[in-house]
Amino acid sequence: MRTKTVRCTVNGVPVEKTVDVRASLADMLRDDYALTSVKIGCQVGECGACNVLIDGECYNSCIYLAVWAEGKSIVTVEGLKGKDGLLHPIQQAFVEEAAVQCGFCTPGLIMTALSLLNSGKKYTRQELRYEISGHLCRCTGYENILTALEKAINRRDNGE
Amino acid sequence: MSVGKSVTRVDAVDKVTGMAKYTADIFPPGTLSAKIVRSTIAHGRVLSIDTSEAEKVPGVVKIVTCFDVPKNYFPTAGHPWSTDPAHQDVADRLMLTDRVRFYGDDVAAVIATDDIAAARAARLCKVEYEEYPFVLDQVEAMQEGAPQLHEAYPNNILAHTSDSWGDWEEAVSEPGLLCLDKWYDTPVVQHCHIENHVCCAYMEGGRVTVISSTQIPHIVRRIVGQALGWPWGKVRIIKPYIGGGFGNKQDALYEPLCAYLTTVVGGRPVKIDMSREETFTCSRVRHAIRYRLVTYFRRDGTFVARSMEEYSKQGAYASHGHSIAAKATSGFAQLYKCKAYKFDAYTVFTNTPVAGAMRAYGMPQVTFAMESHIEDIAVMLGMDPIQLRKKNLMDVGFVDDFAGTVNHYDSHGQCIQKGSGYIGWEEKRRKYRNQTGPVRRGVGMSVFWYNTGVWPISLEVSACRMVLNQDGSIQLMIGETEIGQGADTVFAQMAAETVGIPVEKVHVASTQDTDTTPFGLGAYASRQTYVGGMAIKQTGEMLKSKILRHASKLSGLPENMLDIKEGKIVHKETGQALMNLGELATHVLYSLEESEHIAAESTYQCKSNAYSFGCSFAEVEVDIPMCRVKVLNIVNVHDCGTLINPKLAEAQVHGGMSMALGYALGEQLLFDEKTGRPLNNNFLDYKIPTAIDHPDLGADFVENPEPTSPFGTKALGEPPAVPGAPAIRNAILHATGVAIDNIPMTPHILFERFKEEGLI
Amino acid sequence: MFDFEVLYEARSVSNAIELLCQHPKAKIIAGGSDLLIKIREGKETGLELVSIFTLDELRGVSIKEDGTLCILPLTSFSNVIKSPVIQENFGVLAQALSQAGGPQIRNIATIGGNICNGVTSADSASTLLAWDARLELTGPSGVRLLHIEDFYLGAGKVDLKPAEILTAILIKKESYSGYFGHFIKYSMRRAMDIATIGCSVNVKLSEDKKAISDARIAFGVTGPVPRRAPTAEAAARGKAVSLETVEEFAAAAQADINPRTSWRATREFRTHIAKEMAKWALIESIKLAGGELQ
Repeated sequence: MRTKTVRCTVNGVPVEKTVDVRASLADMLRDDYALTSVKIGCQVGECGACNVLIDGECYNSCIYLAVWAEGKSIVTVEGLKGKDGLLHPIQQAFVEEAAVQCGFCTPGLIMTALSLLNSGKKYTRQELRYEISGHLCRCTGYENILTALEKAINRRDNGE
Repeated sequence: MSVGKSVTRVDAVDKVTGMAKYTADIFPPGTLSAKIVRSTIAHGRVLSIDTSEAEKVPGVVKIVTCFDVPKNYFPTAGHPWSTDPAHQDVADRLMLTDRVRFYGDDVAAVIATDDIAAARAARLCKVEYEEYPFVLDQVEAMQEGAPQLHEAYPNNILAHTSDSWGDWEEAVSEPGLLCLDKWYDTPVVQHCHIENHVCCAYMEGGRVTVISSTQIPHIVRRIVGQALGWPWGKVRIIKPYIGGGFGNKQDALYEPLCAYLTTVVGGRPVKIDMSREETFTCSRVRHAIRYRLVTYFRRDGTFVARSMEEYSKQGAYASHGHSIAAKATSGFAQLYKCKAYKFDAYTVFTNTPVAGAMRAYGMPQVTFAMESHIEDIAVMLGMDPIQLRKKNLMDVGFVDDFAGTVNHYDSHGQCIQKGSGYIGWEEKRRKYRNQTGPVRRGVGMSVFWYNTGVWPISLEVSACRMVLNQDGSIQLMIGETEIGQGADTVFAQMAAETVGIPVEKVHVASTQDTDTTPFGLGAYASRQTYVGGMAIKQTGEMLKSKILRHASKLSGLPENMLDIKEGKIVHKETGQALMNLGELATHVLYSLEESEHIAAESTYQCKSNAYSFGCSFAEVEVDIPMCRVKVLNIVNVHDCGTLINPKLAEAQVHGGMSMALGYALGEQLLFDEKTGRPLNNNFLDYKIPTAIDHPDLGADFVENPEPTSPFGTKALGEPPAVPGAPAIRNAILHATGVAIDNIPMTPHILFERFKEEGLI
Repeated sequence: MFDFEVLYEARSVSNAIELLCQHPKAKIIAGGSDLLIKIREGKETGLELVSIFTLDELRGVSIKEDGTLCILPLTSFSNVIKSPVIQENFGVLAQALSQAGGPQIRNIATIGGNICNGVTSADSASTLLAWDARLELTGPSGVRLLHIEDFYLGAGKVDLKPAEILTAILIKKESYSGYFGHFIKYSMRRAMDIATIGCSVNVKLSEDKKAISDARIAFGVTGPVPRRAPTAEAAARGKAVSLETVEEFAAAAQADINPRTSWRATREFRTHIAKEMAKWALIESIKLAGGELQ
């Protein structure tokens, strides 16, 4: 029983692959689906670089077994661009606000940002700090990331 | 105009969509995994390695030990090579070593078909050691009888430098002088780029290629050649996007070993993908430096004589060595005036992880010590800390005799004015003066200076190539690297500005490939915008003049009547557009009479340097019984000359301030006194601040154009990390009256100090 | 990729118990946020694992007919925090769990896993102890109930018999009704950190809010296992609501604890901070209960 076929939805597409049961979800997404936006920074759930959405909630895919993804819907940054090729509003806000530097923590943070955007809630800047505290970024001091988040949330609420 | 605008990063879209490729994203198919067997003692010798059990693990391809590798000692520091042996870096590394000098030293390497097999086999290698006593502290390591790490360096002293000016005895004999004599200490910290160091090597055509997460591809090429004992032309380094470096990747890390490992498996691709735990202790760390500072001063605050003793913890191998301590000595010497000055600086080997370059190269350490010291003098005198600094700071017009660097402006005065306004200095110094109660607030500040590049200590050179495409855009290739700071974007802006085309018409080849990319030294010393800018300007002008020569032929107008504006050849006086660059390039390339592929390449050797200045102001709240500090507000103000891209400059400052927060309040690598084993080499136990541990970060600028710089710009990459820690320390002093002389100022340190001072 | 030998995926609680009986060396994996990390570190290799992660029957929070609060063990921290039942009756638990890890960790970490690890720094532990939680353990020979304090045997050791699974965390109505509590986590960072000390206090005040009818306090990390502080509780019980009582309570708490010196913190530091935490947690609890302190 070293392998198992895992059926799930990845970025909106129903898929299945036979994976090693010892694989993490991050391993499966990177190695079997070539979704290299899923970054590995610590492998123990401390940095958040591998964060993806599973059924709409954020998980560090490095400490989530691939076999647990059976039947789930998984979204990575690769799944965000619209059909028209335009950036998702949260991606656009990151670009505009220079919230990106080395870019290694960016995909994971964007997935958390997306879940906040999708929640429909409003957040104070301090609440946003709490909500992104599962991500380590060493380049930005989080300043522009928070600004990008505020911008995207404001645009959502203004129907832009 | 492209320079001076906050244009969008050229790599932003690729990075927010997951398209940007980093080393681990481009391993060739079938890449083997290598894991390193690390010493489990801090000091000793490997007597034997039994690999028999390890060999049996399914998937193991090859195991090499310290007894197998070539004995080519090589240096690792990311410095330009010197043809003068006296200026070459110390060559004290082997790819694997039987003489182990820190817990985690490289003893053997297992190559296997997958990570698990490699890790299992690595655990099964039985290493027999002869153990030696070890020493973790740099001052203890200098004492007679301390364990010796390297035979060539008695008392573990890698280097000792000293210098002085003025007549010390005469200066200090002035009647009525006051004196402050104090020690300050800084910790071992780590860069914590979120991408660990990773590299992958394979062979093609008898040559070796290494894809690496490095800041310095061309330098790594030379070091890999030296380590393998191969001609440098047989080595090719490819540097894709990297997930941060901060100086750690300004060293050859595992590229030499990785290159060697592919050669022992017939050229199959092999990767070394460091774990976070390994990155913490088996790559590089920042030097912990201890200082004794002595200042003699008059009652009016004038400094008369200043001295510094400096003890820098090198760790097990030389790497960047004494360069860090030496930079700190110049930091101390130049910032404040006095009649007499002296220093003694030691860099000392210890059985701890190897210290190398880390953002701001000695300046965070010395600035913490020096700016804490200045504050302590202000307290002794009952003087406003800003007035005390202004009285003694380097004069406008000061010239550094050695480098020829000139202080052109009153940058400090201007930066301090902005910073004090932001924080509300005058009002809060008064308001917080006489607090009682368990929770108190305070404001503090610090100034700093920083150089731009390394001239004349070492070579400063940069080469650049531009190629005109048939659509009128250009390809820009330069050896200077994008490591997250936004280099590619400002290079594109500078190229666009010089040639006269829109910035989106500049395609920067972000990946450096030493087979094709012109020579550059890479991302360090806050040099790239300055030195790279010189190469870009020179090359851009060459390209422009080639274009105008062709334009002149095609238009029949003299060259001096023509210019390039917004991608079009224009008549200088009328402004009339004559043709666009695409038409020109197409016409010239496909001309049956005189075809030319319009391109320019040049090397610029920079023989100047520039002072970068600034300050930090912080406001804190201290909960005395709970031993906690909360930074309420912090701002950095920089004079880094003209801003090429204000938004990216601001982002760069935020990142440095964030690092300074961690340096001030939480970060330090700890080691077990009994074994030398690292205690907290992971993100849970090593406390880099999370988003919720940050206050809002203020970043502001004073823009005095730097006369030696083609675009008026100077150092900004590293300086933001410098002044934060002492500003916070001085704010705590203001709030509580308690001076804390070692960082990080953790609750544990506050507890001890508050007890000593009777506050709890 | 994690270096374990085999993974058995349980289909139900009874199936999980069967699998554990068949594979006596096997370890239970719930959310994995602790065990997978140990496996990766090489501390646990060649393991057989029984995954209970997908057993949705072990998820949820409810109030039983007799008023007992029931938290099923695979409920994630996030879902405990979000639960209206918890927010209404046991807000302090939500407060404690909100300070664990970061958002992604709270989505995967289970409250049962947090208890069964047996670590003294567990963010749920002091609060569950301070509210007299009982644990329902199901094994091959049936179901038993145990007070949570008795479950903790030593550092990393809990009273989980072979093939036994934690199936519910229960808090009786009399243990929570009328009580108001506050939790403080002392750590070096405000997120993604391990507690230097955890302290949970709750009180029930007299009807006129002038006296403390009952006070309960538990600490994590002041000893090898999370523990109640009985001397402190006795020092406050029946006393007037006053700052003197608060000071006496906090001073007494120091007598109940036995922290050790480690590289993370000294005994002296932990003792000092524990006293401060007891004080502030009691003050906040009294305020929540409607008491007034001068």
